[in-house]
Amino acid sequence: MSAGLVVEHLTVAYPLPSGTILGADDVSFTVRPGERLGVVGESGSGKSTTALALLRLIRPPGHVAGGRVILNGIDLRALNEEAMRAARLRVVSYIPQGAMNSLNPVKTVAAQMRDAIIDHGGTATPQAITQALAGVDLPPGAARLYPHQLSGGMKQRVCIAIGMLLRPQLIIADEPTSALDVVTQRQVMATLGRLQKETGACLILIGHDMGLMVQFVDRLAVMYAGRLVELGTIAEVFRTPRHPYTRMLIDSVPTFENRGHFVGIPGTTPSLARLPPGCAFAPRCRFAIEVCRRERPDSRAVAPGRAVACHLEGAPLEPAS
Amino acid sequence: MNPLPEPPPLVELVGAGKTYGGGLFRRNTVPALQPIDLALRADRPPVIAIVGESGSGKTTLGNILLGLIAPDTGTIRFDGRDLRSFDRAQRREFRRDVQAITQDPFSAYNPFYTVDHALTVPLREFGLARRRQQALELAAQACESVGLNPGDTLGRYPHQLSGGQRQRLMVARALLLRPRLLVADEPVSMVDASLRATILANIVTLNSDHGIAIVYITHDITTAYHVADEVLVLHRGHVVERGDAASVIGNPQHDYTRLLVASIPWPDLDRRWGDGESAAERRASTQTQGTTP
Repeated sequence: MSAGLVVEHLTVAYPLPSGTILGADDVSFTVRPGERLGVVGESGSGKSTTALALLRLIRPPGHVAGGRVILNGIDLRALNEEAMRAARLRVVSYIPQGAMNSLNPVKTVAAQMRDAIIDHGGTATPQAITQALAGVDLPPGAARLYPHQLSGGMKQRVCIAIGMLLRPQLIIADEPTSALDVVTQRQVMATLGRLQKETGACLILIGHDMGLMVQFVDRLAVMYAGRLVELGTIAEVFRTPRHPYTRMLIDSVPTFENRGHFVGIPGTTPSLARLPPGCAFAPRCRFAIEVCRRERPDSRAVAPGRAVACHLEGAPLEPAS
Repeated sequence: MNPLPEPPPLVELVGAGKTYGGGLFRRNTVPALQPIDLALRADRPPVIAIVGESGSGKTTLGNILLGLIAPDTGTIRFDGRDLRSFDRAQRREFRRDVQAITQDPFSAYNPFYTVDHALTVPLREFGLARRRQQALELAAQACESVGLNPGDTLGRYPHQLSGGQRQRLMVARALLLRPRLLVADEPVSMVDASLRATILANIVTLNSDHGIAIVYITHDITTAYHVADEVLVLHRGHVVERGDAASVIGNPQHDYTRLLVASIPWPDLDRRWGDGESAAERRASTQTQGTTP
């Protein structure tokens, strides 16, 4: 049994009248205990679909069409519905985007935390709640407050506190700070990082802020049109990207040095229902060659822990001038 | 003889402030914006960024500039004339001269009409196009100038376009009306990172090529640094720091600005994120842990 999260060939299908589309297509990666994996990609690239598939929360008629999800030796896909429901929060917790909207407006923070603990088979003592709030740097008094009495950053901390209540083995944070200003973002991420370090949980951070990824994660997965196109350590991927999409994504990031210099990625994400025949990125790719428009590149391991799905794999990708 | 008088600023705030609440039955008042002075030159229209967190008063300031709320202290002048003195015709002209781009590009469109509506109606309302055909041609030109293919965008409903396309259409709309001031309130916060650069570049072009003054309101100090000539940092209704963008962000003086700049997660592996450990240090420590048997 290998420790941590192992995802192999995960595929999520959505049947549509016009044919089946794949929200996540043959996605494989691992996250070791205590490790932080970042997942970046545009809207519709499959990052949230992958996260929801791990939690088995894909809404019908969408469904997981194949692959394995093993967390610390337990096959999450094999669990029955009741066991999976119990596993959420206790084993796998999800911190959603815009968490402020996921709190119940008519219940106090303490009541919501109590419900979460009891519902997932724990014992809700006042100390447990105070301790959980202290873990996210909130005073004990916050327990008596209603969501509307909290600021955005405080609400996001409450959501993290709820997510960490039962010391899960896997934390999935879906753009947890995209609605917060940079000062609050840094505090919230520091809190999340510290709690993860203490519990040794696997952490998946979904987002599209490359700066945040560089500062927070250990490894990075890049998704495009439902597929994982590049995977590696953050330093490798950021310094020497091997997929043109990653290269162009990094070039589009504003840095301290390139002030006033804007390099966008031309074109738009293809619709998953009308993917081009070859590589999905080929129409927007400035490195594309003839084979790219004809054959879809498979994901290949190019070094230990490093995978790329590109026909040009290995060719140097010069930054945009 | 006197030298030629300087033209009045395009827009000028003199001690303009706003307090919410209060009145006969409510004693709680919330000062949203402390009195502020701000002038945007008409002869050299600037790009000014207003940076602050939620509740800092940045949107209140934007709404005052748009004439949507009146300051309850001080004055706002446009072309040297007090906004309160405007008659109907002047108000109408002001409505055209000052345009807005909002955070949510979906709520700016009427879902019952195709997006053409948002572009062609103001053209005809303001008398910039006489016939529908002419309005459509102008709309198509504006689309092309922000990198949109008119065939892919015009004639569609808002829900058929991506967030990035909708927001670029808003920039195209601003271009069509040839305003003199554009207030862009968080224009890219709901747009994918890969498209942000394109939209910000479009906005900067409105300034550099078309001479439109831009007020860019954001909580993202990184993009402010890239877009603006001048940065104004708001904190709890107070202007805590203002000046040339490169010096405010390169050498912040006020404690809050320092905190703000230190909190930027720069996409740089060797740069430290605030006072926490740098990405490089963290990697080094996890690698050591990893090699321990």
